[in-house]
Amino acid sequence: MEKKLGIYMHIPFCARKCLYCDFLSMPAPRPLQAAYVRALRNEMESQASFYRGYRAETVFLGGGTPSLLSAAEIRALFSCLHDCYRIAGDAEITMEMNPGTVTGEMLAACQSAGVNRISLGLQSAQDEELRRLGRIHTWEMFLQSYRLCRAYGFDNINIDLMSALPGQTLASWRDTLEKTTALTPEHISAYSLILEEGTPFYETYGGESTPAGSYERENTERAGDALPDEDTERDMDDLTKRFLAERGYARYEISNYARKGKKCRHNCIYWTRGEYVGFGLGAASLVAEKRWSNKREMQAYLHRWENPDGGQGREESGQRLSRKEQMEETMYLGLRMTQGVSLVDFRRTFGCEMEEIYGEVLKRYTAMGLLRCADGRVSLTDRGIEVSNYVLADFLL
Amino acid sequence: MTEMTYMDRSRIRNFCIIAHIDHGKSTLADRIIEKTGLLTEREMQAQVLDNMELERERGITIKSQAVRIVYRARDDKEYILNLIDTPGHVDFNYEVSRSLAACDGAVLVVDAAQGIEAQTLANVYLALDHDLDVFPVINKIDLPSARPEWVKEEIEDVIGLEAQDAPLISAKNGIGIEEVLEQIVTKIPAPQGDPQAPLSALIFDSLYDSYKGVIIFCRIMDGTVRRGSNILMMATQARAEVVEVGYFGAGQFIPCEELSAGMVGYITASIKNVKDTMVGDTVTDADGPCAQPLPGYKEVTPMVYCGMYPADGAKYPDLRDALEKLQLNDASLRYEAETSIALGFGFRCGFLGLLHLEIIQERLEREYNLDLVTTAPSVIYKVYKTNGEVLELTNPSNLPEPTEIDYMEEPIVSAEIMVTKDFVGSIMELCQERRGRYISMEYMEETRALLKYELPLNEIIYDFFDALKSRSRGYASFDYELKGYERSEMVKLDILINKEEVDALSFIVHSASAYERGRKMCEKLKEEIPRHLFEIPIQAAVGGKIIARETVKAMRKDVLAKCYGGDITRKKKLLEKQKEGKKRMRQIGSVEIPQKAFMSVLKLDDK
Repeated sequence: MEKKLGIYMHIPFCARKCLYCDFLSMPAPRPLQAAYVRALRNEMESQASFYRGYRAETVFLGGGTPSLLSAAEIRALFSCLHDCYRIAGDAEITMEMNPGTVTGEMLAACQSAGVNRISLGLQSAQDEELRRLGRIHTWEMFLQSYRLCRAYGFDNINIDLMSALPGQTLASWRDTLEKTTALTPEHISAYSLILEEGTPFYETYGGESTPAGSYERENTERAGDALPDEDTERDMDDLTKRFLAERGYARYEISNYARKGKKCRHNCIYWTRGEYVGFGLGAASLVAEKRWSNKREMQAYLHRWENPDGGQGREESGQRLSRKEQMEETMYLGLRMTQGVSLVDFRRTFGCEMEEIYGEVLKRYTAMGLLRCADGRVSLTDRGIEVSNYVLADFLL
Repeated sequence: MTEMTYMDRSRIRNFCIIAHIDHGKSTLADRIIEKTGLLTEREMQAQVLDNMELERERGITIKSQAVRIVYRARDDKEYILNLIDTPGHVDFNYEVSRSLAACDGAVLVVDAAQGIEAQTLANVYLALDHDLDVFPVINKIDLPSARPEWVKEEIEDVIGLEAQDAPLISAKNGIGIEEVLEQIVTKIPAPQGDPQAPLSALIFDSLYDSYKGVIIFCRIMDGTVRRGSNILMMATQARAEVVEVGYFGAGQFIPCEELSAGMVGYITASIKNVKDTMVGDTVTDADGPCAQPLPGYKEVTPMVYCGMYPADGAKYPDLRDALEKLQLNDASLRYEAETSIALGFGFRCGFLGLLHLEIIQERLEREYNLDLVTTAPSVIYKVYKTNGEVLELTNPSNLPEPTEIDYMEEPIVSAEIMVTKDFVGSIMELCQERRGRYISMEYMEETRALLKYELPLNEIIYDFFDALKSRSRGYASFDYELKGYERSEMVKLDILINKEEVDALSFIVHSASAYERGRKMCEKLKEEIPRHLFEIPIQAAVGGKIIARETVKAMRKDVLAKCYGGDITRKKKLLEKQKEGKKRMRQIGSVEIPQKAFMSVLKLDDK
């Protein structure tokens, strides 16, 4: 039987870098994009032989801004994908798009390429907040993009949102949730702004990025665009959870909500440690219990994949994960999902009871009401999710 | 240069250089060594005599050092100059006094811009007390702000030293060094002493070497010592047979036949511990001892104690080994094992002062790669108990119950502070705040005053010097010596975290400042202790009565709600960092206290 695989393709280009973003992306001239797409195809082609025994259940074209690609580039990329890899007939094929870069021509190309899920980065329905984030679009532009996607028949759409933004209030966040849910997307990702070192936001908001993630913001006195304090932030989280539940979106991961049957299958692979391979600049893979990431330097990447035979052998590095690392990952990734981790699965995978490895931690946090053990699964409680870093850290052995 | 060994005593000069900190003592020493050709410039590392890494970094001399140089003077004769470098900090005053006793004269370096400072005076008086011939040198004359004529007058007026022909030099740029050497020869007397008399040699330092054992640095006052002599250290009564004698090259030991009266050099005798060769002790011939030891020996005792604990409890044996090794070279370092409920197994360590403490702490961390938790330094209190016993308290946790205490005494120092007129007011205010007793004020000249105060030692060991500097914009200078003990109203301030007393945070404080200190401690700890899943009260108490309180609010949110895609390394790093953070905490009941909290509470400055 064929093994299941997730395929990720990375497009590291943006029209403009957002002020909070620390992902691998950059503005780039057209010729560089074209060269990159060629290299990406060459990489996929050359690696195909290593995945003969696999069938892709999910494909994710992420970025950056994949919607910056031309229709021709999208066609070329997907035809390469379909030529080289076995894709399941019911595969979930997602493409990330940035409002303001969505055109009918591109959507048509996506459709014929097999894309059946679209993820739109909205972040906020408030133009002022979008401006502060350095986003290239307004709410109105997003609406147009969203409607266009629907008009082209896409029936599985995710919208990315962000709370804890500068200048955001509980009321403005509620309004964003309100407007977003009114559009009835199938899926909503609701993230919190994280101040990452090296970003303009980090400089501006003096991110004391403590491991606890609890920034000392009480003294950040900035008229209008101050970051919400910890209490407001938590009130926003509370609101998100309640509001989305009321409107039929079930939380299935810390920041992910979906209508029935519309979870993002690709992301679930990450959390459940399914096998996936990433192509493109800096893309990460987990195959046969080995994790590796592609190089992050553009020139080196282009040079290596100038020709399909550029890579002698498999693009991988890194050690096979130890049993200990596998256990740790199983827990701290698995517990991000509300379904938690199955005791039976754990025993089947590792040949021992979870209790033997994590007995003390499970007991302590269950007693504190942060973990729940029920129906043969361990999962975080609502309170546990709020302080999940604190809990998950103790699953490192 | 062996022929020099037998040189006439009249061609030997034993001297030291004294100065206020930063006036250029070590730089001048370097230039002198360079000038006399011991080392080429290329071989010179800056400041040859300060050879501990730490000394160079801090720009101060911690241990005494000596070097022998040969100088052909203008009279065309060759002289042997023994330069004995003295420690430059009040913590090491006793070592300074022993180094001075080994000399016959001193070069006083005064900064041409700053003039006389507190340590200039203290050092000059110390040198004069030891009957040294002192002549001044005015350094940094190349500075735009140099006022050599004014400084000359000041030296004459304030100290009463003839200064008109004082060499005007720039040690940094090598200007005027020749003149300094010439005056060393002409103004400092040749050593006295009888080479035929029974041996008496003054120990002014010692060093432990893993091959040679202890290397005794000494000045021969009378008699002669050579390989095979049986020697006796008169105070410690340690005996040994001499293996080697020699003198000090720059950065190396050069063996010679014998050392006789007037000479400065070293002795090795397979001695295993510097405790046997205390600074100030007299080395004599065991077979024909001198009638009396040289005057001035005293046993140095630590003035400041603190607890030192390994951050990682498993490193306790490593800490013990490291302290043992440091003590081989530092007879004034004391330590004994102790246990703290909060910090586990560690040591109560005694030091000459806070600088000494910091130096040992840094050496433990750097040279022995230990991560330490240090508790608040404490002076030694005398506790007079109702049953007539007297307890010398070095650890606040050991303070007896109030009912068992009749009264307590605390150490008092006599302090001299030199400050420009404009800051007299604010410095006096500072001294009052620190429970100082005003003794006197003299104007040295129109713009500068010498303030004399008596201050409790425990008020000056933490941050007095910093406060002094900041309130005088760096212009005040400071020196002190222990005066004695005085009765005082002291209380123990306890800190409770989540209602549990944390022994390592207790300290002794004057009853009048208990409230203020307690309040500041609570505020500081509130900053240091991270939020937990529950609320944590922090309280300060005296004798069971709560006098201050702060609260660390409960953590409400700590979640990573971000899309990281398939790259989980960031996520894992974050969790690892969090886990590492948890490890660096001390668990007190259900509260985790970061280790740095134990130290940061030392810095409750008064701003």
